[in-house]
Amino acid sequence: MLEKTLVALVELFPEPASAAAPAGEGTQEAPLREAGVVATGFAKHGSHLDVLCRPDQVVAVAQIMDREGYFLEAISGVDWLDMQQFEILYDYNRLGGEHCRVLVRTRVPRREPVVPTVSHVFPAADWHERETFDFYGVQFQDHPNLIRILLPEDADFHPLRKDFKP
Amino acid sequence: MTVPVHLRQDETFVLNLGPQHPATHGVLRVKLTMDGEYVVKAEPVLGYIHRMHEKMAEEGTFVQFFPNTARMDYLHALAFNHGWALVVEKAAGIEVPERAEYIRVITVELNRIASHLLWWAAFLLDLGGFTPLLYAFDDREKIIDLLERITGSRLTYSYMRFGGVYNDIDDEFIAGTRDFIKRLRGRMPRLYHDLVTHNIILIKRIKDIGLVSAEQCRRYGATGPVARGSGINYDIRKNEPYSVYPEFDFEVPVFNEGDSMARYMVRMHEMEQSMRIIEQALDKLPGGPVMGKAPKVLKPEAGYYYSAVETARGSLGHRLVCDGGKNPYKLKLRSPTFCNLSLFGEVAEGMLLADALAFMGSLDLVIPEIDR
Repeated sequence: MLEKTLVALVELFPEPASAAAPAGEGTQEAPLREAGVVATGFAKHGSHLDVLCRPDQVVAVAQIMDREGYFLEAISGVDWLDMQQFEILYDYNRLGGEHCRVLVRTRVPRREPVVPTVSHVFPAADWHERETFDFYGVQFQDHPNLIRILLPEDADFHPLRKDFKP
Repeated sequence: MTVPVHLRQDETFVLNLGPQHPATHGVLRVKLTMDGEYVVKAEPVLGYIHRMHEKMAEEGTFVQFFPNTARMDYLHALAFNHGWALVVEKAAGIEVPERAEYIRVITVELNRIASHLLWWAAFLLDLGGFTPLLYAFDDREKIIDLLERITGSRLTYSYMRFGGVYNDIDDEFIAGTRDFIKRLRGRMPRLYHDLVTHNIILIKRIKDIGLVSAEQCRRYGATGPVARGSGINYDIRKNEPYSVYPEFDFEVPVFNEGDSMARYMVRMHEMEQSMRIIEQALDKLPGGPVMGKAPKVLKPEAGYYYSAVETARGSLGHRLVCDGGKNPYKLKLRSPTFCNLSLFGEVAEGMLLADALAFMGSLDLVIPEIDR
């Protein structure tokens, strides 16, 4: 399963990714690696594949994952304030069968955080995207109902942004 | 049986179910568009008990988040303890003594039985049966007493630590647990199955009601008894073994029907399997310390970590992002009922209101865990 998924995903990235990601890659200290798919140690990191893609590729990735029989476990945001970026994490997993977890990551600039929605591929994404919008203010393009989900509807802040002060 | 009806837009009205309604077991609100007794559209409205646990995680150190973990799913709090301990131990590379892992499994499984008993009681209360609640609470009380002795709390446990557990179990706990299992096994056939499971009133209310397909589970990311009631053989304890679960011989109950009865049966059988795990763990319980070596200040290596555990309601995932500091840089809690509830709208469409409520009960919702 791992190989099959890897082969399907690698097609999206014409340039091969560097063999191994440096420790702490993508954080303030270490630079971000090039887009592509790398295998990560499951025992240490809890996912088999780590996919770094451009924001316009998340739908294509979701379609591949759907075709391969995965389900969307969660979508989360990360605020990298020092780099002025938001990162969106998509966790894919399989309901039974051979076990394979895939982490898909993409980065958008903080001042214009726009990512296409994957809610038409996985309905599960609907609520997770609303939550990420609620907490970070990330705009999910073409989402059918992008309104706040957990915070009050009249809230005018995004609490998980690192520069948010209550 | 739900009879197909022709719905006319101009005859619908909006009915607010909750946020203060006994059947929602907490502050869940569902905006129902109704055509007479039939649900045209069901839209859950969340956030009434939202407390921003994820921000609290970022503001404090790793160990300071422990009390929070118990306050999300207050019915299976020890599994949330366990999940948080496992993801940080994975990230920081902390070893756990074997005895501590056995004790974790014993307490988590006891807590799972307590959670299923409470679900059973509350579900039947929703359906109008009051007596079962008294039997279930009688048995659940025994578990709570056992856990109180060793963890110090009755509901919101902060029992686990990075590197082990806070308190060792004693002979009285072991004897009490064995007595409890014997007692519950004795009561199960008559008080639980003869009185309720085989009861024609219950069967008429939940059989063929709330059909969830395996494909719907995959599209919405439903896990736990909801997925296992739809023929998906998926249990993290088996599919992605963690802790010492591979040491034990137990089965994953799977039912193919996908109706509320199937979800009911999954949970009833899971209680028996949890008892089997506890018995084996007590038999094999190794000696030694219950606390390993863990640094006072944790600074996991920067990177992305994920860890999942099976709670009574499904797969609980912790997506942890570390930047090398002593606080979690980001923690996303993938709570099982948040995803399980998201398919409610699609499935409840066209159902009778009373059936939709029975279906909602069969999902086993815990609202603080959805709203986090």
